[in-house]
Amino acid sequence: MMQRIRSFPTGTSILSAVVVIGLITMILRYINGLGATTNLSDGRPWGLWISFDLYCGVALAAGGFTLAGVVYIFRQEKYHSVARPAILTAFLGYTLVILALLVDLGQPWYLWHALIYWNVHSPLFEVAMCVMAYTAVLALEFSPAVFERLSEVNLPIIRRFNWHIPLRIIRAIQIPLVIAGIVLSTLHQSSLGSMLLLMPETLSPLWYTPILPILFLVSAIAVGPAMVLFESTLSSRVFGHKLGLDIVSGLGRAIAYILGLYLLLKLVDLMARGDLALVLTAYPHNLLWWGEIIIGVVVPIILFSLPSVRQSNTKLFWCAVLVVAGLVFNRFNVSMLALDIRPGYTYFPHWMEFAVSAGLVADALLITWLANRLLPIVEHEDDVPSKAVLETGSH
Amino acid sequence: MSKAVLYDATKCIGCRACQVACKQWNELPSEETSNRGTYENPPKTSAYTFTKIRFSEVEDEGKFQWVFAKVQCMHCEHPACATACLVGALQKTENGPVVYDDRKCIGCRYCMIACPFGIPNFQWDDPLPWIRKCTFCGDRQGGGFKPACVTTCPTGALKFGEREELVAEARERIDTAPGKYVDHIYGEKEVGGTSWLYLSPVPFEKLGFPALSSEPVTVDVARAMGAVPPVLVGVAALMTGIYWLIQRRGKMRQTKDDDKEVEVTK
Repeated sequence: MMQRIRSFPTGTSILSAVVVIGLITMILRYINGLGATTNLSDGRPWGLWISFDLYCGVALAAGGFTLAGVVYIFRQEKYHSVARPAILTAFLGYTLVILALLVDLGQPWYLWHALIYWNVHSPLFEVAMCVMAYTAVLALEFSPAVFERLSEVNLPIIRRFNWHIPLRIIRAIQIPLVIAGIVLSTLHQSSLGSMLLLMPETLSPLWYTPILPILFLVSAIAVGPAMVLFESTLSSRVFGHKLGLDIVSGLGRAIAYILGLYLLLKLVDLMARGDLALVLTAYPHNLLWWGEIIIGVVVPIILFSLPSVRQSNTKLFWCAVLVVAGLVFNRFNVSMLALDIRPGYTYFPHWMEFAVSAGLVADALLITWLANRLLPIVEHEDDVPSKAVLETGSH
Repeated sequence: MSKAVLYDATKCIGCRACQVACKQWNELPSEETSNRGTYENPPKTSAYTFTKIRFSEVEDEGKFQWVFAKVQCMHCEHPACATACLVGALQKTENGPVVYDDRKCIGCRYCMIACPFGIPNFQWDDPLPWIRKCTFCGDRQGGGFKPACVTTCPTGALKFGEREELVAEARERIDTAPGKYVDHIYGEKEVGGTSWLYLSPVPFEKLGFPALSSEPVTVDVARAMGAVPPVLVGVAALMTGIYWLIQRRGKMRQTKDDDKEVEVTK
């Protein structure tokens, strides 16, 4: 126990260092421009920030809407304790996506143009609108944690305000908020796939398919719970609270089913397009395809269905890591590696690109750590209006 | 009616006067390059070079040929860049040019990724960067002039006119001189047609032109975006329905239990 307390400052000081380096790099980027701080070029105009921070970031934050849906719409009460951490992570994830875009955009100070100049035919317009709206929804969904804490604070200025009023308002609109979150997520998770539909000539046919938006949505729904499993296992170790095996193994089983659906969709689609042979012939892209399918889909499905895995928190955790890795692999494939944009250009991220991305991730980890210390994240009073009803029902 | 340019590779002599005229009209700076053992210069288009002549040494049917090809924005009939742009900074005008409005652009570079010809370029060296590409001299066209490159071309390799008439003329040139051209007007059908049309003595793949289908690249996106409103309504209705059903089931079960309790107490 003593060791754990002592190990905290080391962790946080490393994180703080990464944050500071990231911040300095960002400042350099604004002073010197994108050409001086990145390895992006006319032939490779999108790089690490889009593939990792946008494409992976949004998908990995899918735990927010999936868990909110499972708990508040489908009323699977046992997942209640992981829903709030999932919503917090999603909120931080989306904030980071927006911050990363502010670094990546050539003219970030004109981001608000997206609000006044509409091109409703652009999938990116839809992504921008949904991401902005959903970030606001996530903030509201998470706000009860802040209000609950504030209502307990014994400071004269804070105590003067009745924090139960906003709390009651948010709880009253909680279900519409959750539904809005699910709708917005469905739209932009799939639209990130629609964005690639504009590249039928440059994206490898192993990935290019008119159902790409559906594949994006399904893989996001699969990776959301995997990310929740991953994070809640980590935070239960770090903060020393208990994480029920029924919760993690339940998540694992759900992930296996969704991944099964995903694999089926992918294979049937390849067969329907008559491109199934490409998985053997389209060297070297087929290696990337096999990589993401084996690591992120086939192996996790097999492992999650083994009883010995389903009875071990640690094994389930490593399966979730595989699912997350497979998704990251997939998003890098479709948005970078399998995209033959212009001949004669190569790309490997500049160290400053890595520094900014790492800094943003460290931001999120630090804020998560702070939130877990200051706010009621895992154990909090019940905010499901009819849980009492269901509980009496089950007696 | 939309304007177009017909480029005839058999008439081009690779003088690159078009490149110079383009730089002059658009007030573009010159770029420092190095000798690469070819007259082709600069090596690539950029934010400061909207057009260039590509020099290809081609072996075709046992004969050596030195063939030139002008590279610039193709001004597609269904431009991917205009669909991509979330703020609508890129737009296809009725007269033919695909124009760019830097008062809207936010610098996301989706147009660069989306373009099947790899045309829009970015001012990487500038901390306040914009997208740059051939404008089809929309400003000159508005004043009744031909594009600068067409005006300056000394051999008539570039011909400016109505698209339909130029397609007909290209067809006629192919038909009247058998063997002089490959039987392919590049740009007539590619990605749904472009405002720039090409004639070549050798297959276009050998000149570095991408082999593209005749379907606009915007078709699948349009279908996906068309599904957005029904999906929005559908998902909202579905979630509300599920919530209501599960809520109701919980209440029913409770009333049943209450009834049982009442019976027991009796």
